[in-house]
Order: sequence, then C-alpha cells, then structure tokens
Amino acid sequence: MRLDEFFVTGDPLIYGADVSIALTLIGAIFALTYFKKWKWLWSEWLTTVDHKKLGIMYIIAAVLMLFRGGVDAMLMRAQLTVPDAGFLDAKHYNEIFTTHGTIMIIFMAMPFLIGLINVVVPLQIGARDVAYPFLNAVSFWTFFMGAMLFNISFVIGGSPSAGWTSYVPLAGLELSPGVGQNYYLLGLQIAGIGTLLTGINFLVTILKMRVPSMKLMQMPIFTWSSLITMVIIIFAFPVLTVALALMTFDRLFGSHFFTMMDGGMPMLWANLFWIWGHPEVYIVILPAFGMFSEIISTFARKTIFGYKAMVYSMVIIAGLSFLVWVHHFFTMGAGGAVNSFFSITTMLIAVPTGVKIFNWLFTLYKGRIRFTTAMLWALAFIPNFVIGGVTGVMLAMAAADYQYHNTYFLVAHFHYVLISGTVYACFAGLYFWYPKMFNHRLNERLGKWSFWIFVAGFNLCFFPMYFLGLAGMPRRVYTYGVADGWMSMNVLATFGGLLMGIGFLILVYNIYYSFRYSPRETTGDPWDARTLEWSTPAPVPHYNFAHLPEAKGHDAFWIMKEEIKQGKKPEKKPYKPIHMPSYSGVPVVMSVFFFIAGFGMVFSWNWMSILGLIGVLATMVIRSFDYDKGFYVSVEEIEEHEKTT
Amino acid sequence: MASNNEQTNSHSHFPWSHVVGFGLSIVLTLLALWIGFYSGFSLTTIMVIVVGLALVQATIQLLMFMHITESEDSTVQVGTILYAVFIAVAVVAGTIWVMSFGMHYM
Amino acid sequence: MEAVEHSPNTPLEYQTETGRLNILGFWIFLGAEIALFSTLFATYLVLVGRTADGPGPAELFEISGVLIETFLLLTSSFTCGLAIHYMRNHSLKGVFVWIGITLALGLGFLGFEIYEFVHYIHEGAALTTSAYWSAFFVLVGTHGAHVTLGIGWIILILIQLKQRGLTPDTSRKVFISSLYWHFLDVVWIFIFTAVYLYGMVM
Ligand code: HEM
Ligand SMILES: [Cu+2]
Repeated sequence: MRLDEFFVTGDPLIYGADVSIALTLIGAIFALTYFKKWKWLWSEWLTTVDHKKLGIMYIIAAVLMLFRGGVDAMLMRAQLTVPDAGFLDAKHYNEIFTTHGTIMIIFMAMPFLIGLINVVVPLQIGARDVAYPFLNAVSFWTFFMGAMLFNISFVIGGSPSAGWTSYVPLAGLELSPGVGQNYYLLGLQIAGIGTLLTGINFLVTILKMRVPSMKLMQMPIFTWSSLITMVIIIFAFPVLTVALALMTFDRLFGSHFFTMMDGGMPMLWANLFWIWGHPEVYIVILPAFGMFSEIISTFARKTIFGYKAMVYSMVIIAGLSFLVWVHHFFTMGAGGAVNSFFSITTMLIAVPTGVKIFNWLFTLYKGRIRFTTAMLWALAFIPNFVIGGVTGVMLAMAAADYQYHNTYFLVAHFHYVLISGTVYACFAGLYFWYPKMFNHRLNERLGKWSFWIFVAGFNLCFFPMYFLGLAGMPRRVYTYGVADGWMSMNVLATFGGLLMGIGFLILVYNIYYSFRYSPRETTGDPWDARTLEWSTPAPVPHYNFAHLPEAKGHDAFWIMKEEIKQGKKPEKKPYKPIHMPSYSGVPVVMSVFFFIAGFGMVFSWNWMSILGLIGVLATMVIRSFDYDKGFYVSVEEIEEHEKTT
Repeated sequence: MASNNEQTNSHSHFPWSHVVGFGLSIVLTLLALWIGFYSGFSLTTIMVIVVGLALVQATIQLLMFMHITESEDSTVQVGTILYAVFIAVAVVAGTIWVMSFGMHYM
Repeated sequence: MEAVEHSPNTPLEYQTETGRLNILGFWIFLGAEIALFSTLFATYLVLVGRTADGPGPAELFEISGVLIETFLLLTSSFTCGLAIHYMRNHSLKGVFVWIGITLALGLGFLGFEIYEFVHYIHEGAALTTSAYWSAFFVLVGTHGAHVTLGIGWIILILIQLKQRGLTPDTSRKVFISSLYWHFLDVVWIFIFTAVYLYGMVM
C-alpha cells in the first residue's frame, strides 16, 4: 500500500486535523515528561480499577467525543445553510454525517451515561466497588480503544460513509470499497465488548452489592434505571455483535449474508441492526430518565411522585423495547400485518413514557423549587422531550411514516429525544454530580448562560427541521437547490447550531473556570440531596464508605438527615479493615492488543490481526493465572482519612 | 443456601440425576430423529414437535446438569434464562416473520 | 469480600463472595450468549433455501456423522457433570479423570466437525458459495469456535488445579467452565434440530 493511500490526503480540513492531532499528542507527551507525570498517569489512572476514576475517564472521553461529533455537526450545518453550497462535496458530506451519528450515539451518549453510572451507582447503593472491578477496567479500555480505532479513520485510510445505520448494499464491498466501513465494523465491535461487560457488571453490582438494608423497592430511581438499562444492554448487544460480525465476514471473507448476489438479503442487515438499534435508544434514554428523577426530586425538595409507577413503567419499557424494531423500516414493505403489529407496539411504548412525564410533573407540583443549573436542564427536558415523543408517535403510524420516513421530520424527532433527553441529562448530571467527582461545583452563573444559549439554540436548530421534513427535504443530502425553498429554515437551523456550539464552549470554559475559582467542597452534600452518594464526605475516600450506611427508604440519606434533626445521635462504631481490589495493568494492555488486532483487520493485514489476537489471548491467560486477592485498608488509614474530612 | 437441593449435599451418593438426565437426553434425541424420518407427519408438525423436544432437553440440561436452581441466586439465574428465551423467541420468530416477505421474490 | 459464612455442606465454589458473584455473573453472560446464538439462528433460518447455484443441505448432510457428533458432545456434557459431582465429593482425582474424558470427547467432536466442514468444502459448499452456506458455516462454526475456546480454557484450569488442588478459587473456575460446557451442549441440541434435522427432513 502506498503511503498516500494510507494517509488521507488532499483535503485542507484533514491536513488541519493532522496538524492539530500531532500538536496535541506532542503537547501531552511533553507535559507528562516535563512535569514527571508518566508514573502518576500509569499507576493512578491507566491501571485503576476504582469505579469513580473509571467513571471520570469515561466522562472525559465522552466530552472529547462530543467535541468531535459537534465539529462534524458544525461542518454539516455550514454546508447546508445556503442552497448549492460548495464547502463540502458529496463524499465528504457522507463521511461526516456517518461519523457524526456513530460517534454521538456509541462513543458519546453511551460512555457519558455509563461514566455517570460508574461514579454514582455504587455510591447510591452503599457499595465499596462494583462486583467485578477488573472487568470494569476492561470495559472502559475496550470502549476507549474502539473509539480511537473508529476515530483515526479520518486521517488514516478514510472514514466510513454509509451512515451510522450502514445499510447494505451501500455499505457493502462494491459500493464502499475503501477501509472506512471496516473501521466502523471493528471499532464498534471492540467497544461493544466493553458495553456488554458493563451490562453484566452493573447488573450484578446492583443486585448483589447493595447495603444489606436496601431492598429492591428502596433503590433510588437512578439505580433502578441503570438496572433496567443493563438488562437491555445484555440482551441487545449480542445482536449487534453478530450483525457486525456478519457484515465483516461479507466484506473481508466473501460470505453472502447481505450481498445482492448468491442469495444474500440486504434487508436482513436492517432487520438485525434495528433489533439492536431500538433497544439502544432506550439504553441511552433510561439512565437519562433516572437522572432527571433524582434531580427533580432533589430540587423540588420532594420525594419522587409515584415511585412504583416509575419502576414498573421502566420494566415494561425494557420488555417492549425488543418488540418494536420494525418501525425503522416500515417502508421496506413487510406487509400489512407486520407493519400493523409493530405500529401498535410502538404506540404502546409511549404509554409508560407518558406515565413518567406525569410523575415528574406531580413531583414538581407544590414543590419548593430551587432553580439550579442542573434543575434548569431537567425542567427544559420535559417540554422538549414531549415534542420529540409526540412526533415519535406520529412516525409510529406506519401509513403516515411513508411520508415522514427519511426526511428532516425524522431527523428532528430523534434529535428532540436524544438531545433534550440524553444530552440534557448528561449536562444536568454533570452539574449535579460534579462536586462528587471533583470536589467543587461548576459555576452557576456560567452554567445558566450556557444553559439558556444551548436550549435556545437547540430549539432554533431542530424545530424548523420538522417543517423542512414536511416540505419534503430528505435527510442525508449534501445540498439542495434554490427552487426547493428550504433556505430560510436552514439558515435558522444553522444559527441555532451555532448557539449550541457556543453553549457547549461556555460549559467547557466553565470546567476550567470552576477548577480555578470555585470554592472547594467541605460537606459532601452541596445540594441538600436525598440519596446515599451524598452521605460520603468530600473528597470521597477510595473505599467510599468507612461504615456501610443504612437504607430505610429510597431517599435513604434524606431519612438519615431527618433522624439527626430529630435528635438521633450517630453512634460511633469502631472501624474495621476494608477489603479492596488491586489495580492492574492487564486491561489497558489487553485493549491495546484489541486495537492492534482491529487495525490489522481493517487493512486485511493478517499478520497484524493474528499478532493482536495472540496478545489478547496472552493477556487473558495471564489474568487466569493471577490469584491476586486485593488488599486491606488498615484501620489507621481509615481513621486518618475520616479525620481530614 | 444449599439447603434446598440434594445435588449440593450429595456427598458420595451415586449421581442419579446426571445418569437420568443423560438417559433422557439420549432418548429425546433418538425420538426427535425418529419423528423426523419415520413418523410421516407434515414438515410443520415435525418441526413443532422436534423443537418442543429440544426445549425439553435444554431444560433437562439446565436443571439436572447445570443445577440452575441450586444457589441462593437461583431466582435471578432462572429469570435471566427465561428472559433470554423471550428474547430468543422474539428475535427468531420476529425475524422470520418480518423477512418472510422476501420469499415471494425468490 | 472473602467472608466465610456458610454451612459445611456448601460446595467450595459457593463459599466465597467472589465465587457467588462470578457464578451469578456467568449465568447472566450465558443469557447474553443465548441472545447471540438466537441472532445466528434467526439469520440461518431466514437464509435457508438461498443456495444460489450451490448444493443444498439435503444433498450433503449425512445422518451418521451428525449423530456421532451429537453423542460425543452429549456424553461429554454428562461426564463434565460427573466431574462436578466428584469435585463436590472432594475427589481431585475424580475431577481430573472425568474432565480428561470430557476434553477427549470434546476433541473428538471437533475432529468430526472439522472433517465434516472439509468434506462440504470439497463438495463445493463453502462460506462463499451462497447465503445459505455462509449462514451454515458461521452458525455451526461459532459453536465450534466456542468449543475450541472451551477446551483451551479448561486446560488452563486443569493446570491450576494441578498447582493448587481444590480450593474455593479453583473449584469456582471448574464449576463455571462446566456451566459453559453444558451450555454448548444446549446450543448443539438446537443446531441438531434446526440445522441438521430440518435440513434433512425438508
Ligand atoms: C415516545 C416514544 C417514541 C416513539 C413512538 C418513537 C418512534 C420512532 C419511529 C417510528 C422512528 C422511525 C421513523 C422513520 O425512520 O421513518 C423513530 C426513529 C428514531 N428514534 Fe424514536 N421514538 C420514540 C422515542 C425515541 C427515543 C426516546 C429515542 C432516543 C433517545 C429515539 C431515537 C430515535 C432515533 C435515533 C431514530 C432514527 C434513527 C435513524 O434512522 O437514523 N426515539 N422513532
Ligand atoms: Cu425505534
């Protein structure tokens, strides 16, 4: 292979990216060396199995991915603002919407949520770590390496360009002969391993690691939503694994699952993809629901309304989410019976969702509301998500969907649910739990600026798209003509997009600003909140709880505080040594080998893939022979910690 | 834990449940074979019966070989497998149903 | 974490918290494996009949080979269960003997399967022949790959058993690998039914 085929050449944007990547890398290496931080990086972060640190790394990676995906979005908006624009050509535009969609869903939304789950859930259930700390690290590193593999495609070899849904035959070998689609397949495959492991890990953690006094029906709603999410992950991700593997076989080894020739069935790909794909959208929305529940309850100073209804509606969603997938391809023409069935199940799933909306509203009703930034995001979520949900039900009517399908109406729908659902939740959760992670709050004034600008921008950007869709503008087109009459609304949308970008930048600046100027936390409970994570001191010690807390309800910490107000004295119990897992370098090394194997397969360099796979197996063998039992935190160390906080 | 199952306490007993399970599995396999080749039923009937037999045999493995019910977490274990069966039915039956339109074009 | 709170009758593998957690986690992993294999089955069943210009299954499948594979795997599942039985009677030797037999039967199964695959390829039915054969090789091959991995994994565990004897840790590993092995037999039952029996009766 020639070097100029290996590196993507000929585009100034990409040269710019090359330069900035190189500069960032050099800068990072220089800084680490200059400040003598390599050892610190390795022993504190790369080898960590602490759920709080892994969570933070997930969130950092997700914010970086949000940036990358956001830049993609800006480029698309720039191209679409005016008719017949020449900023991006068709190929380049296709690549950008593909990487945008894939990155936002797989490498931004999910890791952001999983990161927050990592930080919060063990603390909420009074656990000292997750069930399988080692696997937790494997999860993070496989996700990270998968994401990196996917991301280098745009400087080495070329990006995928068949959409995040990668429909065949477009994604097949004839129409996508480059390596880009291979990056998609392998990047997602490797990251998917991590997601499945997270699913098993947190399911067992929530079921088995709770403080003994916490019954299932006393778990905080966020923990419940995580539990349900994990169940969906466990059963949905294997489907994606298979679908990706089959397409990989088609592309690399000449099989005929989805080909046009020799009996292959292109639509089978769509079928398998959406069997995973629809549950996936619930994977990214349920934790968001959970976070909003916590935030609304905290800042309305009321316990959540309809706790049981909340839980049951999530259980129902988990079941139904596997029975609606065909609504993504009603237009395939599977027949009246099939379309009707899936149309009805889709509408059914809106019912439990509606129940939750009412529960939030009733929680707010007569609450003494504090309008913090986190709360503002939650409040904005409700009306915006309703818009997304209602238009979802419009799409669910199979006959009507023939009109909406693949237009900007659909684009508007899923951005209304994904941004005002998932992204608002990520921001809300970040503001809310930031003091738990970093020991200081984010600045509220900057936070509110960023909130208003982002929310205004979001609605300005995506509301017009409903009308663009109704006016016939198809999705995934790189340009349109003057005569189409779509310009004015596209200008609005681009303007809105710009505002969202500014809102995001203010958030990033806020992170820097608060790091410098925010007062440090002293209490560990900055919001006067309700669940157990807030009972830990600031900073949270690495063993989380010196004594295991007691849960007497789903607002366990609130109940504790009430009891103390009524004069109950916290009894002084002696400390006992605490068992903790050891750090390990195996997960990161194993994931590097996954990366190597994946990279080899992308280019069909068999020696490299085999080398990578041998490395993966070898690290597994090493792990199998590792009988490390962890270590005990001594009573002296615990006393030392508890004194300072 | 461990009080509810004779497997766990079966120190030095003869492993009856394994032997019975093994015997049943062989019988069920041969039965399926016989139904497939010699019963003369229609293809649909045959498939319904043999898939049923396969499910029975899978259950035998789960109960008699894998002791799915023996631990303190047996509810979760059984629940997981039942939910997995629900998914399996949804995926397999659903896919066949949805994709069957393709048959008209073959 | 390693708190010991159990009756003396509790099998070794359930005695530690790690043991209990890992066994539960593995059951859940098996749930995920069921989802994985059902996707492969769905794919296979949709592609049945799509043989393009290649041969069909009825022309190539032979009942005798399939039956041998079936009984090898079935018996190995039985002997694997016996190994656990002996483990619970604290008989290290019993574990070695019966797991040894299990592995031998597993290898036999693999041998026949490889022979079968090679035979089909000679007859003009390969991964690349048609959608049908792609689905066949990937479904049955995924099962075969699982068996191969299982054999490698169990050998590693045997080495650890040799080094350490029966401890809560090693028994846990033996037990979990036995769950895996039984599970592969369960999958094979469905392959036997939905692939071979269906393919020959059709
Ligand atoms: C009220 C419940 C919902 C209903 C009834 C619903 C309905 C639908 C329907 C029918 C489609 C397919 C439309 C078409 O392709 O023509 C669709 C697409 C989509 N929905 Fe929803 N939806 C709901 C909630 C959600 C949620 C909560 C999310 C994610 C957080 C979501 C994300 C998506 C995405 C990403 C797509 C488009 C994927 C693509 O084609 O690229 N939806 N929705
Ligand atoms: Cu959907």
